[in-house]
Amino acid sequence: MTVAEQVATILLAAAATMATRFLPFAAFGGRRETPGIVTYLGRVLPGAIFAILVAYCLRDVDLVAAPHGAPELLAVAVVVVLHLWRRNTLLSIAGGTIAYMLLVQLAFA
Amino acid sequence: MVGVASEAGEAEDAVRRRVDARPWLRALAAAFPLTVPILTSFAFVGFSYGVYVRALGFPPVYPLAMATVIFGGSLEFLVAGMLGGAFAPLTTFVVALAVQARHLFYGIAMLDRYRDTGWMRPFLIFGMCDETFSVLCSAEPPAGVDRRWFMFWVTLLDYLYWALSALAGGVVGGLLPFDTEGISFVMTALFVVILLERLLSEGDVVPALVGAAASVACLAAFGPDGFMLPALAASSVVLMALRGRLGSGAEKDGAPAGSSDGGAPAAGERDGR
Repeated sequence: MTVAEQVATILLAAAATMATRFLPFAAFGGRRETPGIVTYLGRVLPGAIFAILVAYCLRDVDLVAAPHGAPELLAVAVVVVLHLWRRNTLLSIAGGTIAYMLLVQLAFA
Repeated sequence: MVGVASEAGEAEDAVRRRVDARPWLRALAAAFPLTVPILTSFAFVGFSYGVYVRALGFPPVYPLAMATVIFGGSLEFLVAGMLGGAFAPLTTFVVALAVQARHLFYGIAMLDRYRDTGWMRPFLIFGMCDETFSVLCSAEPPAGVDRRWFMFWVTLLDYLYWALSALAGGVVGGLLPFDTEGISFVMTALFVVILLERLLSEGDVVPALVGAAASVACLAAFGPDGFMLPALAASSVVLMALRGRLGSGAEKDGAPAGSSDGGAPAAGERDGR
């Protein structure tokens, strides 16, 4: 990407964000009734989206070649176990990230 | 905006009289304590974000620019990763819409509260991240505190916490005395935690399985660089088809309060949005 394309990418992301933040105020000036299908999708889509985002983060992991995605799988396991244990978001993220950094820098270097 | 509370002592009355001349100051004093948990989490996630962007090879102005212009943590991580790849405006926009779509519901929930906020209104809407929403949709300012200024300060403080943390990470990222290889996992960990929270508190098992299955299928069909849009589309279609089964009895309110990007309790530990 050129710098101009990078700026455009950032602005597009910002425009989409602002569209989602401003639209309700523009569209539902007074009414609060939202169509049922919108409410439904708003409830169920995030679960699917964050599953896709996890897949996006892991999309380049090669399960066939060594180390067969071991650092990623182990670090994800650390995040899950920490989170189920303490349910502390910061602890889970920090623990998983440190585990991953140690794994790729030392164990699987 | 004269104080309503009458139980306060003499000394406190004196303070109040002095502060009442400046309602914004009083609102700041009321708003700040509520934002301290957010300061903690933004300091950590925002700083990590800055270090991550720096590790990708970008100067500190990049995390600062994305933090101030986009102001949406999950998306900022994604965009930073995209900046190194090929220019894909459509994917960028659609993915951004999908990741940020939840704000539509925050907006609906805040229609009334943000009414009559005058010149602050555009800023309040612009700055309505998950964390700010979670504070403002529940917390009422103490009696005698100007509600508009209170909402303004919560929004501005959160915004500053995030932007300055990202900048700090970008600056310090190049100076850290240890190897930052692997810092990119902070984004993976963030999304895993959000997903877990959705499973634990919202019971989103079926949507998560649909998203996971769509991802695997679309990864196989379209490869790692083009799987996201088809996966989002396929998930939407499947979830629409499941509406009869998943939708019954649960379409109660349009505003999934607390089911923000972080999923964690508003006053507790939070991730970046």
